[in-house]
Amino acid sequence: MNYSLLAPEILATAVGMLVLILGLIFKDRARQSVGIISLLSLVAVLILVILRFTDTQVFFNGIYQVDTYANFFKALFALAAVLVILNSSQYMERFGNKKSEFYALMMFATVGMMVMASAGDLLTIYIGLELMTVSFYILTAYLLEDETSSEAGLKYLILGAISSAVLLFGMSLVFALSGTTVITQIAGQISREPALIAGVILIAAGFAFKIAAVPFHMWAPDIYQGAPTPITTYLAVGSKAAGFAALLRIFIFAIPLTQFNWSLVLAILAALTMVVGNLIALTQTNVKRMLAYSSIAQAGYILAGLAAANQYGLKGVLFYAMLYVFSNTGAFAVATAVEVNTGSTDRDAFNALGQRSPMLAAVMTICLLSLAGIPPMAGFAGKFYLFSGAIQAGYLWLAFIGLLMSMISVYYYLLVAKAMYIGSNPQTGAMTVKAPARLALWVCLLATILIGVYPALLSNWAQTAISIFM
Amino acid sequence: MIGFTHYLILSTILFGIGMYGVLSKRNAVAVLMSVEIMLNAVNINFVAISRFINSEPGVGQLFAIFVIVVAAAEVAVGLALIITIYKQKKSVNLDDFDLLKW
Repeated sequence: MNYSLLAPEILATAVGMLVLILGLIFKDRARQSVGIISLLSLVAVLILVILRFTDTQVFFNGIYQVDTYANFFKALFALAAVLVILNSSQYMERFGNKKSEFYALMMFATVGMMVMASAGDLLTIYIGLELMTVSFYILTAYLLEDETSSEAGLKYLILGAISSAVLLFGMSLVFALSGTTVITQIAGQISREPALIAGVILIAAGFAFKIAAVPFHMWAPDIYQGAPTPITTYLAVGSKAAGFAALLRIFIFAIPLTQFNWSLVLAILAALTMVVGNLIALTQTNVKRMLAYSSIAQAGYILAGLAAANQYGLKGVLFYAMLYVFSNTGAFAVATAVEVNTGSTDRDAFNALGQRSPMLAAVMTICLLSLAGIPPMAGFAGKFYLFSGAIQAGYLWLAFIGLLMSMISVYYYLLVAKAMYIGSNPQTGAMTVKAPARLALWVCLLATILIGVYPALLSNWAQTAISIFM
Repeated sequence: MIGFTHYLILSTILFGIGMYGVLSKRNAVAVLMSVEIMLNAVNINFVAISRFINSEPGVGQLFAIFVIVVAAAEVAVGLALIITIYKQKKSVNLDDFDLLKW
């Protein structure tokens, strides 16, 4: 076995521990360096993954799989973590003297996601999932002085633990029927019976919680609003993508559509998620909370591609997950800047941002338009793949609901744009944005436009990644 | 003769009790305990499967051990969070944590 293919995971884990120790030894001096060390190591992880993108290897009798699909998601997680860490530079003062732990937990959460993407066994999926969520519990409650942050952390912990238990119960039923926990071997062992349906539904419910699909979405707005904004970003893009990565692998490999038609279950979940997420987002006045509901709706679009379970749909899932990293991180980065400067994320705080900081307003507008799916932004190309996949699979009604809801979503996205360009604000003067955060903003802006104008690059990449399913 | 079905029934009942506790208890510590009951129901399932069904022995037990370890980590974080919140609000009643709602 070629263990060097595990280098990204090993590197990220080692750096996470190193950062923790450094923060312990060098009380003051290490503060600056730990951020740079974690950032560089994540960039190294990204490069390692991309360089060895097509190398495949099955480790430990199928427990751990390195393939193009896993590598695609690992690149996504590393990229998201880099953008989030760059963006969190604005937020660092509020963390007080607990900076190294922040970076360490970010690294551990990233490792958990990578394990989930590579997992070839139910046990590995569970371990990766818990590594990620336990890190997130702590990160969500990271602002110790802030009551909303602690409350969000506790709520996330309780609901997350319940969903893990439900997921595990489903896994135990599937294990009982198949006698194996290796995902690729399950499909050959199971037959159609009531216990299988119960198991699959429980697994679907557990993952639907992680990706915040309706009706398992109730936690998301509270936690997204209460958590520190960079963490909200990472929860929205990273945790969700990791959930999709594992869900896709389990459902496509382990549960044949002929045994149980999970495709219809996911299609109904997707429709509910799109409708409820978008309709509730209409009434929100807090931008962070609006983005939380919008991210629920986005999960619905991605689920539509997964429900289609054909080449277009799956390619759309990967494509959309990647562009969602840029668009959503860009929007949240602007919300972070506004929050740091004004102390609020209400929509009123965004008034006249177009005059105060044209750059921030431009990034916000472009990212929101991309999330709404307006061409030529990236979101349009992503939704095109997802919905054409759904139509090919015979879910015309699902694609119709998706298009209708995308149109509705334009309204609440443009309300923010309206506040930024037409609203008036007694306060004037540009908002301060730290240099690293400025870099993150530029990356998000350029990537969102570039993927929209020239989708072939990312599309080919996603195509290679899903080739393991075809 | 006690067979696999009995274990499955036991674990399902325990899971139900845990779920009921989570939904009905208002004390955060009691809720955490109920979650533990749910996870232990899953453990019974895994060990029983390992004993009665699985051809390669040990996989179910291994799964149960990992679940126990992860549950311990989860409870450690959970209790730390409850202590933090208790310092702020002088309460562990979930009904008092109502800053965030739609």
